[in-house]
Amino acid sequence: MTRFILTRLFLIIPTLLAVAVLIFVLVRVVPGDIVELRLVGGGSFVTKGVIEAERARLGLNKPIWQQFVDWMTGLVRLDLGTSMWTGAPISHEIAIRLQLSVQLALMSTLIAVALAVPLGTLAAVRRGTVIDYAVQVFSVAGLATPSFWLGILLILFLLTTFHWLPPLTFTPLWQDPRANLLQLIWPALAVGYRYSAVTTRMTRSAVLEVLREDYIRTAWSKGLASKTVLRRHALRNAMMPVVTVIGLEFAFLIGGLVVTEQVFNLNGIGKLFVDAVGRRDYTLIQGLMLLIAAIYIFVNFVVDLLFAWLDPRISYE
Amino acid sequence: MTTAALPLQRVHARRGWLARFIRRNPTGTAAVVAIFVMAVIAALAPWVAPYDPVANDFASMFSPPGPPHWLGTDAFGRDVLSRVIYGARTALVVGFASSLSGATLGAAIGVVSAYFGGATDIVVQRFTDILVSFPLIVLALAMIAILGGGTGNLIAAIAISFVPRIQLVVRASALGVRRTAFVEAARAIGAGHWRIIFRHMVPNVVAPYLVMMTAFLGQAILLEASLSFLGLGVNEPTAAWGLMLSGAAVEFVQRAPWMAVFPGLAITFTVLAFNVLGDSLRDALDPRLRT
Repeated sequence: MTRFILTRLFLIIPTLLAVAVLIFVLVRVVPGDIVELRLVGGGSFVTKGVIEAERARLGLNKPIWQQFVDWMTGLVRLDLGTSMWTGAPISHEIAIRLQLSVQLALMSTLIAVALAVPLGTLAAVRRGTVIDYAVQVFSVAGLATPSFWLGILLILFLLTTFHWLPPLTFTPLWQDPRANLLQLIWPALAVGYRYSAVTTRMTRSAVLEVLREDYIRTAWSKGLASKTVLRRHALRNAMMPVVTVIGLEFAFLIGGLVVTEQVFNLNGIGKLFVDAVGRRDYTLIQGLMLLIAAIYIFVNFVVDLLFAWLDPRISYE
Repeated sequence: MTTAALPLQRVHARRGWLARFIRRNPTGTAAVVAIFVMAVIAALAPWVAPYDPVANDFASMFSPPGPPHWLGTDAFGRDVLSRVIYGARTALVVGFASSLSGATLGAAIGVVSAYFGGATDIVVQRFTDILVSFPLIVLALAMIAILGGGTGNLIAAIAISFVPRIQLVVRASALGVRRTAFVEAARAIGAGHWRIIFRHMVPNVVAPYLVMMTAFLGQAILLEASLSFLGLGVNEPTAAWGLMLSGAAVEFVQRAPWMAVFPGLAITFTVLAFNVLGDSLRDALDPRLRT
């Protein structure tokens, strides 16, 4: 097992390097001049000298291969470079915001799983009843509702009933756990509801499939309580596809955060990405895309490990 | 690829496929009707909308719903109902244009990649594997950073973000078709590459192509709304639902909740209709794609 983990971890490195190459190609090789776009885009008049100086400052006057070598050698030394807008190291820009986004992502996942697994199981067990249809409507609506709109509605609800507005500054968990959770629970709910929709569907179909199995009939016929049949026999076996979906959706959560952080005025990774796109901060965009890819690869790795733990038949030896 | 229907079913299908579709897919039919009504309203927007969607009227800012502004007015005194109606135009145009072009480009790459195989296929698949690991909105945002803002670039950005996903699905289908006897036979009688691709491969991947394209319609509308909300999509003063939800709608949500409620409802209902249509189309055409 240790050997499997080490091999998998080692294989992440070449994958990430390939991702880095692709991101560079995607963001840089496409025609378009950031400096001109940024300086002249506002409609103001600038001299050629100013543009040249700005390009030299950002290292954009170097040939493209030189920029590529700089980006790759930087990565090997775990250096993401500096932001083209603020001039601060990108790793620092990310580090100060990562805690908020990771906490928000984890809370959203918790909410989603807490909604999806019971609802999906209930719908499967009560298949074809009003409960089943209600759950399905709930999850179909979740896929169609934009999380930022749900966020706005939540703020409206909080304002009218509690006269509460999302605070302007972020309180870390260890400073004041209560204030922190109160601040993040609403955006987590907005993201989590949408996230739960896919997982609910997956849980429902996975449980339905398992309920058709012979061993479930055996369990029923030997007179086990329905609670035991569901928990010990059905749910345990239905969890594999559900775990996959939860893992994949977690990696995609950053997409939900991009808009929701904006609504709740949270300064996290999602907002940083939107700002970077707005300012055409190409180095920052590159760094953030690499981070998102790294999260995806890492989550997949964790899901693989979870599989081995959930299903003793799988061994990676 | 449609599953081979029994002869009996085929006769039945010929007699009344429409009636059968309606009976089997009541929700899918409802979705089609809803989308049709929406498209008609969007097309007739200048005649249906009571006001000019971009005309400011500072005398009636933040009017609550009621005559003469049935859904109220916004921070510039613009009629919310008219903006929701014109917003349908933006949503449908961006949605259809981006999913059609994205799905077509992706399907073309998928079929060609599967047909020729070899090194090209390997390179394309490695790139795809990496690109599908990004959420759609992240890819679309990166494209906007490269291409710039505006409606045309927005359509391109959303379309490009769909390409790797559809490419993956269509390639999988095309690989199956490539191994069939009729492709082998076509090659044996000396048919050229492009003849085989267009006459034999393409018709057999139409089902997954249509299913993916419909599934992307709802996603595209949601993406357009999200990007416009972030200020990186459709520009003011064009009427777009996402744009209507940004800025003043959040700032004055308590004073003028109608500004936030109606455009959001429009997005949700539209995306819901397209998702339901996508689901029933998938069940009808290609049950294997069911998730």
